Amino acid sequence: MLHQMSGSIAVAKAVALCRPDVVPCYPITPQTHIVEHLSVLVKSGQLKNCTYENVESEFSSMSFCIGSSAAGARTYTATASQGLLYMMEAVYNASGLGLPIVMTLGNRAIGAPINIWNDHSDAMSVRDAGWIQLFVESNQQAVDVHIQAFKLAEALSLPVMVNMDGFILTHAITRVDLPEQEQVDQFLPSFVPRQKLDTQSPLSIGAMVGPDAFTEVRYLAHHKQKEALAIIEQQADEFLEIFGRDSGGLIKTYFADDADIVFVAMGSVVGTMQELVHELREEGFSVGILSLRSFRPFPANAICNALKNAKKAIVFEKSFAVGMGGILASEIHMATQRYIGEELKIKSVIGGLGGRTITKKSLKKLVECANKDELDDEVFMDLDGGTVVRELKRQQDGQTSGPAAENILRDIGVVSASKTH
Amino acid sequence: MFQIRIHGRGGQGVVSASELLSVAAFSEGKFSQSFPSFGSERMGAPVQAFARISDSNITIREPVMEPDMLIIQDPTLFHAIDVFDGAKTDGYILINSSRTTEELGIEEKTSLYPANHVMTLPATEIAIKYIKQPKPNTVLLGAFAALSHMIQIPALEDAIRGKFPKKIAEPNIAATTAGYNHILKQLEQIQG
Repeated sequence: MLHQMSGSIAVAKAVALCRPDVVPCYPITPQTHIVEHLSVLVKSGQLKNCTYENVESEFSSMSFCIGSSAAGARTYTATASQGLLYMMEAVYNASGLGLPIVMTLGNRAIGAPINIWNDHSDAMSVRDAGWIQLFVESNQQAVDVHIQAFKLAEALSLPVMVNMDGFILTHAITRVDLPEQEQVDQFLPSFVPRQKLDTQSPLSIGAMVGPDAFTEVRYLAHHKQKEALAIIEQQADEFLEIFGRDSGGLIKTYFADDADIVFVAMGSVVGTMQELVHELREEGFSVGILSLRSFRPFPANAICNALKNAKKAIVFEKSFAVGMGGILASEIHMATQRYIGEELKIKSVIGGLGGRTITKKSLKKLVECANKDELDDEVFMDLDGGTVVRELKRQQDGQTSGPAAENILRDIGVVSASKTH
Repeated sequence: MFQIRIHGRGGQGVVSASELLSVAAFSEGKFSQSFPSFGSERMGAPVQAFARISDSNITIREPVMEPDMLIIQDPTLFHAIDVFDGAKTDGYILINSSRTTEELGIEEKTSLYPANHVMTLPATEIAIKYIKQPKPNTVLLGAFAALSHMIQIPALEDAIRGKFPKKIAEPNIAATTAGYNHILKQLEQIQG
């Protein structure tokens, strides 16, 4: 049924349709409305047979998830940013133990400097944590991919993280088609755990593994993620059949087949790029988009297949590895170098950090520059070079220039406080 | 696609207004989108919210840069920020004020627009009359409907009833209707 609602409320309702047994939560912006609404659904009896626990921290939240999932309960939680960092040790354990937890990450920047707005720093901080990591472009996809996430997690006995841009999607009010309970029940069977703590039939989960078997256990984790590549595609097909919507899958291309220049991106920015590509095509630019819907597992073959006719890939990402550069760009480079070779030029663009607006205008400039062979290999989109140069000068001028973030805020006039030293 | 940008201050219901607009447009079968300018909201701070209405699916995520309709909920903002930034001069402007654009000192900007596209109305005063609170948002939504014809009053009424309990919804619906009638009257006067 069609509704006009916020992304967060839509996700809470989609999760409820998946009949979770246990939802331990700790609120953090920008995902708070998701867990808040789930608490309403449980309290009001709309979501039955579900234990909702408002725990005291994110570390407890993920630990609670591990316990309940190991006991055979379908388990869901959500977090963002610093909350994810706080639960980090348990995040690795959840995947290492092979527990099919589903978690929404309302993508947000990581401090310091503290920043509540959207980027993908949090998602990238767990890129090696062994979770399946899916990205959604719209709130409709957020609904659809959460339903697929439970099925995927349980098929693989692996945790799945659904990445959804904080504020841009969580707080946006748009049209969403919420599936019927019968459809979801048809798609998502009840949870049969691969491993289960059971007092009637005792076993232990979480053995210490030494050098004699650690490599094999870790290799199997890698193998399982590669197996997931086919299962993700298969489930997207099955989803299309039951719900009539093309959501999920490994990648999605827009006008990429014959394009010279292809944007590569993840998440909501793809929506803005879609509108831009329509306009640019009318202006005669040969441009398309490759949207990565699965980041882990990394669909290298699908990516290479989508980029095989392109001359330039503009890899746009909302995070980067400080001291190295674009993370996604590096991975795209590695994948395409192996299968396509040096004919494909990879341009790394970092933008939208800490919630900076990504405008169609700035994205258009990238295409225009790439078209004229004038785009640098690494670009920080809309970087205010003057502000950077002035802070560098302050630091050169003396050892005691003070905290950079505060200096820059004074420089751009956000903070008028006088210098303290 | 019709794009709306609402300017106001924290506590004036700017975000709710954009949400109600999008829900009303949705209930009329259109595609719509609304979202706030994201920030740590606090009372009195300048706030923006955005809405888009279209006959087809809306995928763009950038804030409304070139609004077809500007709604200014607080005229003191004219001194704080450039609310006209990017606004299309064939578009519309609605200002919550009992003063004229001349008295507000914005004639230079508003004279670029067709005369029947720029309207001021005392939305806060109307709100106090109907809802006993200085929240001009629903009055301005009614005014929006009269000026733009993008949505109809019954859809706004449904959206308000869907969001608020009856005790709050009904006075707000009366305020919306008052805003609508106020602008209709002004338009009739202009057209003679």
